[in-house]
Amino acid sequence: MNLGNTEKSLLKEIAGLEAIPTGAYNVRENGKLAGRNVTAHIDIVTKKDKPGIDIYIKSETKGERVDIPVILTETGLNDLVYNDFYVADGADVTIVAGCGIHNAGGLKSEHDGIHAFHIGKNAKVLYIEKHYGEGDGTGEKILNPTTLVEIDEGGSMTMETAQIKGVDSAIRKTDAVLKDGATLVIHEKIMTHGKQYAETNFHVALNGENSGAHVISRSIAKDDSHQKYISCVDGNAKCSGHTECDAIIMDNGSVTAKPELNANNIDASLIHEAAIGKIAGEQLIKLMSLGLTEKEAEEKIVDGFLK
Amino acid sequence: MLELRNICYSAENDGVKKDIIKNVSLKLNEKFIAFTGPNGGGKSTLAKIIMGIIRPTSGQIIFDGKDVTDLSVTDRAKAGIAFAFQQPVKFKGITVTDLIEIASGRKLSVSEICGYLSEVGLCAREYVDREINASLSGGELKRIEIAVTLARKSKFTIFDEPEAGIDLWSFNSLIRVFENLAAKTAESLLIISHQERILSIADRIIVISDGEVTKDGKGSDVLPGILSASSTCNVLKDKTKEAVL
Repeated sequence: MNLGNTEKSLLKEIAGLEAIPTGAYNVRENGKLAGRNVTAHIDIVTKKDKPGIDIYIKSETKGERVDIPVILTETGLNDLVYNDFYVADGADVTIVAGCGIHNAGGLKSEHDGIHAFHIGKNAKVLYIEKHYGEGDGTGEKILNPTTLVEIDEGGSMTMETAQIKGVDSAIRKTDAVLKDGATLVIHEKIMTHGKQYAETNFHVALNGENSGAHVISRSIAKDDSHQKYISCVDGNAKCSGHTECDAIIMDNGSVTAKPELNANNIDASLIHEAAIGKIAGEQLIKLMSLGLTEKEAEEKIVDGFLK
Repeated sequence: MLELRNICYSAENDGVKKDIIKNVSLKLNEKFIAFTGPNGGGKSTLAKIIMGIIRPTSGQIIFDGKDVTDLSVTDRAKAGIAFAFQQPVKFKGITVTDLIEIASGRKLSVSEICGYLSEVGLCAREYVDREINASLSGGELKRIEIAVTLARKSKFTIFDEPEAGIDLWSFNSLIRVFENLAAKTAESLLIISHQERILSIADRIIVISDGEVTKDGKGSDVLPGILSASSTCNVLKDKTKEAVL
């Protein structure tokens, strides 16, 4: 796999990769396959009917990692990709996805990744996804990820998503259906600045007995940016659901939170918490009383909040 | 070291002006000074004026011979004034280690952090990575606040009611913290307190009531008067009299 310096730096930014991974991976560069490796337990196959790949994770997989980063460096590219993950019963896997865009031109660069997870019984998935944009061009950097999740009995998925810098517009959709004893944990971090827009739309159907979902979103909207957080949890059985939107607004930033809880079963226990506001004055004063300037104090609070 | 010259502070509430601090002048040179007095008397306001959190309506604050009246909180901290809040501030994502390091102005080794935490009776192993949030109890937050303030190693340190919200068990170890501080440190401590055991180790006690200094003197001279005054409540005295009659 031959990558230039820009591509290498994007890979480091989104997947923490300094070198070519030793395990299974699939690197997509400007809409084309740039490199792939499969292992005894993880197979990756190119789709025939549409752009994208199918990833097969066998039951024997224990503690392995698969990297599927996407990098875009050509301006004006609109990359649409469908990735399907088939995680067999009892497998335990970490999937590191993410998209980095370097747009040095004047045209819009867009990546829309549609990821579908079919998680088997008692399988365990940690899914890490980081989105990042850079480049001096005036062209917009747009990322619209869609995540579809089905978790079978006793299966679990933890999703850690982050969009910290440089993405002009992002609409993230996550749709999950959980069977008996399945759990879904989502940690989302978003920071927007300039005139950026980020929307998060979660829909979790807790269909199985003793299923549970825990969604935590922490976000910061700076400058003139706007964020929208929509979450909908359907409690269709004896289940527990908790969603939390914690946002800091700065400058002219604005945040909208729209929670929806549907308790359709007498034993469904659903909670939503939302807190939006500027940085608390007392937090700034405390840090200033320890010798930091107001700006340094603000940075510490923001860094901690998104840590 | 620290001088307050004719400090006045008034605030408006529902269009009515209220004088909170009324022309207070004090020279604070002792090692261990205590502010005491009734709730709402102006002690915390005066302490916040010293730290720069509240700007006085008029008057001057001189620290180490320099006029610091117009300095920001940051600049006063840099000049050598520290402040332990009565109600410690909670954060999201900022750990005990982060805050102690911010206070010290540099990265610290685990043993250095352990030094500050053990000073307030906390085991470093359990606390170094803990976030300073609502998962900590009031007593834990209070001790961490004191440890963070000690890490400043400031010339003039203010503790605003360090005993408030601390259980009796922790209180005894807290007293030892201040006894040690008073014995070891060469710097000045100003403690706002209602506790006899804290007041008893003060070199000087200043009673602030209704925005004014009503008593000021050596700890050993002022304390007996406060104790005899507070031991008899007038309402209670009247009630007792009625019962006897």
